[in-house]
Amino acid sequence: MVENHTTESTESPDRRRFLNRCWAFFGIVAAAEFGWLGLSFMNSRKERNRPAKTDSIVSAGAVEQFTPGTVTAVPVGQFYLACLGDGSFLALSRTCTHLGCSVPWDEEKNKFVCPCHGSTFNLTGEVLTAPAPRPLDIYPVRIENGIVKVDTSVTQKRDRFEPVQATRI
Amino acid sequence: MPKSRRSITDLILHLHPQTVPRETLRLTLSWGLGGMAAVLVGLLFLTGILLLLVYQPSINHAYNSILILTREVPFGLWVRNIHHWSANLLVVIAVLHLLRVVLTGAFGPGRRLNWVIGLFLLFLLLSSNFTGYLLPWDQLAYWAVTICTSMLGYIPFCGQWLQELFRGGAEIGPATLANFFVLHVAFIPATLFILLLWHFWLIRRAGGLVQVERNDTEKVPVLRVPSTPNLIVREAAVSLALVAFILIMSILWSAPLLEQANPGMSPNPAKSPWYFLGFQELLLHLHPVFAVFVWPLLGAAALMFVPFWRDTALPTGVWFGSEHGRKLLIWTASAGALATLGLILGDNLLLSSAEAVAVDTFITRGVLPTVLLIALLAGLYFLLIRKQKYTRAEAVTAGIVLVLVALMVCTVIGIWFRGPEMHLIWPLGQGGE
Repeated sequence: MVENHTTESTESPDRRRFLNRCWAFFGIVAAAEFGWLGLSFMNSRKERNRPAKTDSIVSAGAVEQFTPGTVTAVPVGQFYLACLGDGSFLALSRTCTHLGCSVPWDEEKNKFVCPCHGSTFNLTGEVLTAPAPRPLDIYPVRIENGIVKVDTSVTQKRDRFEPVQATRI
Repeated sequence: MPKSRRSITDLILHLHPQTVPRETLRLTLSWGLGGMAAVLVGLLFLTGILLLLVYQPSINHAYNSILILTREVPFGLWVRNIHHWSANLLVVIAVLHLLRVVLTGAFGPGRRLNWVIGLFLLFLLLSSNFTGYLLPWDQLAYWAVTICTSMLGYIPFCGQWLQELFRGGAEIGPATLANFFVLHVAFIPATLFILLLWHFWLIRRAGGLVQVERNDTEKVPVLRVPSTPNLIVREAAVSLALVAFILIMSILWSAPLLEQANPGMSPNPAKSPWYFLGFQELLLHLHPVFAVFVWPLLGAAALMFVPFWRDTALPTGVWFGSEHGRKLLIWTASAGALATLGLILGDNLLLSSAEAVAVDTFITRGVLPTVLLIALLAGLYFLLIRKQKYTRAEAVTAGIVLVLVALMVCTVIGIWFRGPEMHLIWPLGQGGE
């Protein structure tokens, strides 16, 4: 038996090498399949965890409630409603554009200050100090019958503040 | 000797060689750091199994299960503390182990693959620490995972995809906790176990710990002594002392637990776990793409490829290679610490004076510092090699030490000298600011 075995292996090294490569190939395919399976498991939950569309329109309150130059937190919609100097409205995401911390409005300093990495933003959400790379994201604002309504399902990214972004009466 | 007893001895001997060179038994060669790390991993496995019996991995129950663990389960608080302190000490021990390997020239030919495996082990245990940090679902956990998964978003090309993959959706929620739980209790421990065995086996295959190089003309044979009891007794002494230290420490100090996670309010200051504060310091100064992606990638790649560059390892088995090398490294470490401190303070002034609307910082806080850093390291290398006649190994080791010291200074500043809104503070002063 042993002799047979050795003669066989010396006679066909190519065959042996071919079979070894087959095994390696199947091993890699199996690992790739498992990896793909794991990724599709993880990916499947992305779709299921999309927030429901129904409660995406948030009423922030009547127009008269807000004085120009102030910021009001709207906890239900997780955003800030900034009433600019000219009385127009801007709905700012409370999520820092740097690394996603929640940014509080500092009434005294008149700016948003991020507790994680010290970025600051002004009333219109523009970056005052780095490291934040872009202004705070905004949500579309509509004013219907004197009520300020914000659509929190659409996040709008921007490079700078422009007056067209704010909603007037 | 009874048969059962012999089989246990055989098992221990199977992990060790029959005999070991006597000079590698010196405590001052290795400080037992690798062994300590292994003991801590063992402690973490044991306490982890106990914690799994109580912990509930869902966002509604996780925090409460930790409260039950600490208040109602017998010795629950103690077991949690042991797990916490072992994990934190493991980071310290592993980094010291890495430093020991560099400074005794233990990554040269014959140990290259093991160096790479060691780096993967370091990565795994940092990931393990971090994924465990998330599980209590308290304020610390929630905001650490927010920041960390946001960091993934800056990776070019696949960042957004990776971020959603790890969060299990656009927002942090139940799927995020499930991900990190599985990573922490299944994926990482299994990978860690396999790599650890490989790590140990490769040490044995390389002939044990590093020894002082001997000239071929000397025909003095290496003096070898039996592993049992010589090595086993020493290992037992270090392990038991370490276990005792951890158990006592866990009685005296408790692991932190803040309030339950509140997605509406970040704590101020919101700090990452201490071993990542060096990176958080980088994030304060650099453009995020560079702090999150470019610099860590460059650092990891450099560490990975160091052993494959010829003659980069110091003479084996002697700390710092030589007296000459020791002086160089002391100078490098002190200069590096001062320079890092100077840079941080200088940039702090720059950041606080520039109150204007920030311009795009990709060049000024990204490309420019990267080019300067690489130029600095290359310049120092040529200065040491050409002008000062140091060997390549000494120059490269000085480079590694310089980077590690800079990272340590950043970490220390992050831990003790950053206050609300991450402003610099003096911790000993009254009230901080």
